[in-house]
Amino acid sequence: MRRILATFKIAVRALRRNKLRTVLTMLGMIIGVGAVIAMVSIGNGAKSQVEAQIASLGQNVVMVFSGSFSRGGIRSGWGGAGTLTIDDAEAVQREVPGVTVLSQEVRSRVQVAAGNENWNTQIQGESADYFTVRQWPIVQGTSFGEQDVRSANKVAVIGKTIMDQLYPGEDPVGQIIRIKNAPFKITGVLLAKGLTPWGQDQDDVIIIPYTSAMKRLLGVTTLQSILVQTASPKLLNSVQQQIIDLLRQRHHIGPGKDDDFTVRNQQEIADAATATSKVMTILLAAIASVSLLVGGIGIMNIMLVSVTERTREIGIRMAVGARGRDVLLQFLTEAVTLSVIGGVIGIGLGIGVSKLLSAKMNWPTLTSPGSIVVAFFFSAAVGIFFGFYPARKASQLDPIDALRYE
Amino acid sequence: MSAVIQLENVRKVYHTGEVDVHAVRGVSLQLGPGEFVAVMGASGSGKSTLMNMIGCLDRSTEGLYFLDGTDVSKLNRDELADIRNQKIGFVFQGFNLLSRTSALENVELPLLYSHPPVHGRDQRDRALNALEIVGLADRADHHPNQLSGGQQQRVAIARALVNRPALLLADEPTGNLDSQTSIEIMGVFQKLNQDGITIVMVTHELDIARYTRRTVVMRDGRIVTDALVEKRLKAETELQRLREAQQAVQLAP
Repeated sequence: MRRILATFKIAVRALRRNKLRTVLTMLGMIIGVGAVIAMVSIGNGAKSQVEAQIASLGQNVVMVFSGSFSRGGIRSGWGGAGTLTIDDAEAVQREVPGVTVLSQEVRSRVQVAAGNENWNTQIQGESADYFTVRQWPIVQGTSFGEQDVRSANKVAVIGKTIMDQLYPGEDPVGQIIRIKNAPFKITGVLLAKGLTPWGQDQDDVIIIPYTSAMKRLLGVTTLQSILVQTASPKLLNSVQQQIIDLLRQRHHIGPGKDDDFTVRNQQEIADAATATSKVMTILLAAIASVSLLVGGIGIMNIMLVSVTERTREIGIRMAVGARGRDVLLQFLTEAVTLSVIGGVIGIGLGIGVSKLLSAKMNWPTLTSPGSIVVAFFFSAAVGIFFGFYPARKASQLDPIDALRYE
Repeated sequence: MSAVIQLENVRKVYHTGEVDVHAVRGVSLQLGPGEFVAVMGASGSGKSTLMNMIGCLDRSTEGLYFLDGTDVSKLNRDELADIRNQKIGFVFQGFNLLSRTSALENVELPLLYSHPPVHGRDQRDRALNALEIVGLADRADHHPNQLSGGQQQRVAIARALVNRPALLLADEPTGNLDSQTSIEIMGVFQKLNQDGITIVMVTHELDIARYTRRTVVMRDGRIVTDALVEKRLKAETELQRLREAQQAVQLAP
C-alpha cells in the first residue's frame, strides 16, 4: 500500500514537472469524457421523457385498433376501417379473463365554441373508466359517470388548453360548450399534462361519453379503438393474445387471413417509442467515444515521449535496484493518474454542460450515476490500455544502455 | 574469510554484425573484504565491461561470478536488480542524480526498491545517516543543481551507501572533478574503506589510483598487472600539502 502511495507520489511529481504538457494531455481526456457524459445525458433525457409519456398512457394497457398494420391486400391503416363495434368491446370485457376495465374510443377533430370564442380541437369519446385507466385526474369539478354514458348525455370534461382558450379567467365547470353546435355541459377540467416530446399539446382535448360522440356528434356506429386495462403487467401478453383470438372469431376471420384489427400492448408501444432515443443515445455516445479514443492516444503519445526523455532516470533507478515491474508500475501509474484526473474533471464538465443545456435550451437531460461510474472506470481503463505499451517499453530497457543514454 | 568478489575465467562476447567482439577474454580475480582496488586500462581494454559485470548490470557470456558468496552469473533480470539494490552501491562519473529532486530523496531512492521496503521515518533516518557519513547532512534539502560537483558526487556516494552494501563500485568517480575535489572524494573513499567497505574503482588517472591499495591493469580484455600499491597516498596529507602550497602562493607578494 505504501509502495503504491510512493509510486503515486513520484507520478504526481513527474506530471507536475511539465505542467503545460500534463494539462494539454489531460484536456484530451477531459473533452472526451465530458462529451460522453453530456451526450449520454441528452440521450437519456430524451428517452426518459418518452418513457414518461408512455407511462401516461396508463398502467397495464392493451390497445385494440380497428384496421390492420399487417401486410398484404388493401390496408386501411389503423383506426380507419370501422371494424370494431361496441359489441366487440363488451365481448372483450365479458369473455377475456384478466381484463379489469376498458374504454371504447372514438375521436374526431371538431370546431367548438363558447360565448363568442371558438376553437378547433380534438374530441374523444370514451367510457367513464377512461380517466382511471389513463390515471388522469380531474382538478376541477368531476368526470362523467356510467349513467351519462348509458344515456348518451351531453356532458364533457375539458383539457387545460380548452379552458384557457374559451374561458379565460373563468370557472368553466357547469358552463355550456357547443361542440359542432350541440350544447354540452362541462363537468370537469383535466390536470394539465403539457406537450408530448414531438410537440403535441395533450391538454387540447375534450373528453365526452363515447355514446354521445357516436350518436349525437359523429353519427358513426363503429369504434376506432378500445383501451383495455389488465389486472397486472404479467397478463399483458396473454390478454393480448386472447383478445386477438376472440376478435378473429367474432369477425369470422379464417386461418391464414389477415386480422382486420390491431392489438398492441403498452410494452410494445414503449419499446417502439424509446427505440429511436436509444439509437440516438448510442450514436451520440459512439461519436463522443471517438474523442475519448483520441484522448487516450494523446496519453500514449506523451508517455512515449516521457519514457524517451527519462531514459537516463530509468537507468539510474534500475542501477539502484528497481525491477522491471517497478518501472512498469511507475509509468503506468503516471498514465492512469493522467487519465483518471482528466476523467474526473471531464465528468464535472459533462454534468455542467448537460445542466447548461437543459437550463438554457430546455433540452431534457438526465445524468445517471451509472454513467458517471462507468465513465470513471473507463477513463482508468483508457490510462491502463494506452499507458501499458510505453510503460512496458520503459521496463524492458537495458540498464547499461539507459544509463549511457544522452 | 570468503571473498567478496570471485571471478573465474569470465568472458564477455558481443555479437555485433559479423564479427564477435571479445570484450573480456578470461578474467579471474579475487577480492577480499576491505580491499580497495583500482581497475585501470586504456579505453577498449574491457575494464568498463568488467565493471558492468561486477556491478550486475550485465551478465558474462562464460565463467563464474560469486558475489558475496552468491553465484550471480545465472540470475535473471529481477534477481540481478535485487542484488544491485542490496549488495552493490554505484558511483558514476556523471554523478547520475535525479534532477529536481532533493539530495535526501536521491539518497532514499534505493530504499524505495528494497524488499522488504523501507518506509517513513526509517527511510529518512537512514538517508540522513548516509549523508552524514559523506559530510553533507546540512545540504539534505538542496537540489543537485544547487550543489557543487564534489558535493553532488558525495550525494551519489551517500546513495550508494544507504543500503549498507558489501561492495562499492565507482566508475571514474573523479572524472568530472578538479584535482582538489578529486582528492577530497578519494578521502571519502579512504575513510569508508577504513571502516571496512570493499571498493572497486575504475580510473585512468595514475595519481588517483595511488590512493587505492591494489591496482589491476587490463589490456585487450585480460588482466596484465595485478599489484599492491606502493607509496600509497593519503588524501588527508595530500590535501594538507595542497592547502599549504595555496597559502604560500597567496602569501607571496
